[in-house]
Amino acid sequence: MKPAPFTYHRPGSLSEALELMARYGPEAKPLGGGQSLGPMLNMRLARPAHLVDLNDLLEMDYIRDAGGMIEIGGLTRHHRLATAPEIERDLPLLALAARTIGHYAIRQRGTLGGSLVHADPAAQLPLVAVTLGAEVVVRSARGERELPAADFLQSIMTVDLAEDEIVTAIRFPRQAEGEGCAFDLFSRRHGDFAIVSVALTMERDAAGAISALRLGLGGVGPVPRRLAEVEAQAVGCQPDAETAARLGRSAAAAISPEEHPEVPAAYRRELVETMTARALLRAAGQEGATA
Amino acid sequence: MSAPVPISLVVNGETYDLVAPPRKLLSDVLREDLHLTGTHVGCEHGVCGACTILIDGQPSRACLTYAVQMEGHELTTIEAVAEGDWLSPLQQALHEEHGLQCGFCTAGIVMTFEAYLRDNPQPSEAEVRDVLSGNLCRCTGYQNIVTAILKAAQVMREGQGA
Repeated sequence: MKPAPFTYHRPGSLSEALELMARYGPEAKPLGGGQSLGPMLNMRLARPAHLVDLNDLLEMDYIRDAGGMIEIGGLTRHHRLATAPEIERDLPLLALAARTIGHYAIRQRGTLGGSLVHADPAAQLPLVAVTLGAEVVVRSARGERELPAADFLQSIMTVDLAEDEIVTAIRFPRQAEGEGCAFDLFSRRHGDFAIVSVALTMERDAAGAISALRLGLGGVGPVPRRLAEVEAQAVGCQPDAETAARLGRSAAAAISPEEHPEVPAAYRRELVETMTARALLRAAGQEGATA
Repeated sequence: MSAPVPISLVVNGETYDLVAPPRKLLSDVLREDLHLTGTHVGCEHGVCGACTILIDGQPSRACLTYAVQMEGHELTTIEAVAEGDWLSPLQQALHEEHGLQCGFCTAGIVMTFEAYLRDNPQPSEAEVRDVLSGNLCRCTGYQNIVTAILKAAQVMREGQGA
């Protein structure tokens, strides 16, 4: 369980990091918190010849107000997302999700950009990015581009990132004030990757009916999915137990999970049904409600 | 360039100069080069928590870090927790509540909670269990560890107040 030999680079600035990525491209990997890449290196699932360590690039560790968007640097650690007051206020769904990542010690090192690039289909932050419609900011020595998280995430551990590019930031649309939200996941052991995860936000009109809903599911396919057609059905309804049960059934019907020797598709579908219904009630403020 | 490189580390307030290949895990450098064998190595992929140390005061897996990365950072290991023969309140509580049997996981648990109890001095049992889920113990069933951590938190709060 020791990594294969590599050459280590510790750039002093982002531009220096981008130059190194341009020079070593296919042979190089940028190293963030190392909480996913570290195990892959130790198990020799990854054997890059060059590691470009981003950990000391404080210019990539920030939370900043960018108009209607909250821009978060790629090197921002999960623990900060889980605890920063401005995230709690402007992106409560992100705060809820970040608190469930791995374990306390893992969250101290793991980074937002790293999680997006690693693109585990069950990971929390890609799901939140897709659900909220976040934009991924990608840079190389050639320039900068920005693309929706849903396009960035292509398949299992596969993203739209060239060999010389680094994810420098993610831009999240600020959540509406008073918007209810819920994040839930199910795993067999605490801290493991989820079998199914659910992210949900909800706005209500003056009469208390649902005026806008976002519903994202993780673990049900190669990438996290937002269920626009299911969301639309709930608009105009009161977020009560009946609506929650219907939403759960629609979500379960909208997915086609793969059969897996340990997780039958029917089991995953039932998890989606139960957890989606529960998430709606939780977002409506009926904490602990079961459907 | 994957050949050994000079590395300067600050561990428990002392500076160590050594030479190691960049791929050498921090956990191995602590144990083999610095002879600080209180940091234990279990799974070597971040799951078991035995190798948890503090990097700039924050709990981190030494097995997911390369020593070469740690220049300019301050490391704290289990060797620095007791003051001479005086155990820290957390260590004392683990002793009194029988919070360990073989002790293999204990160093990682102590390092995790020395940091966590500073972060959250008055945790609920549920919060303690949530954080403790990052440290595997195959002996105790965790019950006495949880009791010890809650007791240590209380002792530390009273110490602050005094």
